[in-house]
Amino acid sequence: MRREGLAEPAQHPERLWRNPDPKPSYDVVIIGGGGHGLATAYYLARNHGLRNVAVLERGWLAGGNMARNTTIIRSNYLWDESAGIYEHSLKLWEGLKDDLDYDIQFSQRGVLNLAHSLPDVREGLRRVNANRLNGIDAEWLTPDQVKEFCPIVNLSAEIRYPVMGATLQRRGGIAKHDFVAWAYARKADELGVDMLQGCEVTGFDLQGDRVVGVRTSRGRIAAGKVALCAAGHSSVLASMVGVGLPIQSHPLQALVSELLEPILNCVVMSGAVHVYVSQAHKGELVMGAGIDPYNSYAQRGSPHVIEYQLAAALELFPVFSRVHVVRTWGGIVDVSPDASPILGLTPIENLFVNCGWGTGGFKATPGAGWVYAHTIANGAPHPLNAAFSLDRFTTGALIDEHGAAAVAH
Amino acid sequence: MLIPCPWCGDREDAEFKYGGAADVAYPKDPGSVDDQAWAGYLFFRPNPKGRFPERWYHAAGCRRWFNLVRDTATHEIVT
Ligand SMILES: Cc1cc2nc3c(=O)[nH]c(=O)nc-3n(C[C@H](O)[C@H](O)[C@H](O)COP(=O)(O)OP(=O)(O)OC[C@H]3O[C@@H](n4cnc5c(N)ncnc54)[C@H](O)[C@@H]3O)c2cc1C
Ligand SMILES: [Zn+2]
Repeated sequence: MRREGLAEPAQHPERLWRNPDPKPSYDVVIIGGGGHGLATAYYLARNHGLRNVAVLERGWLAGGNMARNTTIIRSNYLWDESAGIYEHSLKLWEGLKDDLDYDIQFSQRGVLNLAHSLPDVREGLRRVNANRLNGIDAEWLTPDQVKEFCPIVNLSAEIRYPVMGATLQRRGGIAKHDFVAWAYARKADELGVDMLQGCEVTGFDLQGDRVVGVRTSRGRIAAGKVALCAAGHSSVLASMVGVGLPIQSHPLQALVSELLEPILNCVVMSGAVHVYVSQAHKGELVMGAGIDPYNSYAQRGSPHVIEYQLAAALELFPVFSRVHVVRTWGGIVDVSPDASPILGLTPIENLFVNCGWGTGGFKATPGAGWVYAHTIANGAPHPLNAAFSLDRFTTGALIDEHGAAAVAH
Repeated sequence: MLIPCPWCGDREDAEFKYGGAADVAYPKDPGSVDDQAWAGYLFFRPNPKGRFPERWYHAAGCRRWFNLVRDTATHEIVT
């Protein structure tokens, strides 16, 4: 409203999506309104012409891990299968601003993965070579080159785990996670997708071995196909239809500092000393570490994990010594045995699964959404996710990314 | 989080190593187990939201293993 004599208040932005009531039935019901669920909905509508689609979110859109991650984006994983899906995703990130018509603040400032031991160095060099063979940009930096690329890294030989080199992916970087979610939600909404918030799935309707609908806190909804996209809660949902997943849910914590002048120009990760850090656009340092070891759905972890990660960060960046921690939080991540995702069919007909991204699925948001939409629309996997099937744990064809997944991410 | 060690009492979780789900038994006759059952033994574990029987090892204390039941939604120790 406008009052005479007062400056016009800042405009509240237009609503980015409708807030509809559930329809009785949809062609596709997606469970989970995080980044992956929203991207899947958008590509179902855009790439496959499926518009009678709903995204069911028990809380508010993108309030789960999508709101809690440290936004690191890269594609320098070891194996060919991973290179395929993560690089597909990175290429989509490179065009996403125009595609979604939203400045998602994707910044390709480069990602350093530090090496602190001879095995780290060998693993890093192996990965650089593997990446190049897959057409992915990767460089090996000597300690002097690390100093040149990121001057505030402590290169002293006197620290407990001296920096012996690093891999660098220049095309890696960060993006603004909320904007990514909102951009996908807005576009999916424009194409007719219903975003149903406050809609918790509590059960499934089956006919024999086929899923035909879901039961929710907002009533029953019939569905041609149902797609799980529930990250840390995937096991809870799958167990409702008797499908076992090789997933354990753990807390993963992160923190931010107060706003600072620009001081850190890239993303720095260290698997050995357990820390990764970047400086967000606004100016705060964003930091995370590894998961808490125990199973949990509580969205909080133990303080000593934060303490260790800060100790590691301080040794690597003595310049941070008087920075304050403003906020810490936790998300619940879906950890798989081989640190690779599970994306494909389930033993239940018309029920699909996308989970197991664990500590590193933000970077995969566009790529996972793309191939998952293909899998759902065709009832068969896209070539890029065929290897990430649930049955690989029975056949033994694991995709072991524990090295490249590093601490996380 | 305080973990009740049966021998040392309540101690901070930083002193412990986590052992995951309790009661995961090695197959009785490994030679006759099929791929499905091996996969189950190796990779598939219960992951409930709620009461979870699990293993803990008091690494920085008495160095003994024990089981307890914890609620994974609240971190409350049930037994
Ligand atoms: C602290 C932290 C740091 C991270 N850092 C990075 C990083 O730097 N780079 C990176 O690539 N990845 C990172 N990740 C991982 C990344 O956040 C996740 O892999 C990714 O967000 C998972 O996909 P999502 O966005 O769809 O998940 P979520 O946003 O968690 O979406 C799942 C949704 O499902 C909903 N849901 C659950 N159960 C139900 C139900 N019964 N009915 C309806 N809805 C339900 C939830 O409410 C939730 O909104 C990090 C994660 C955390 C926690
Ligand atoms: Zn003890």
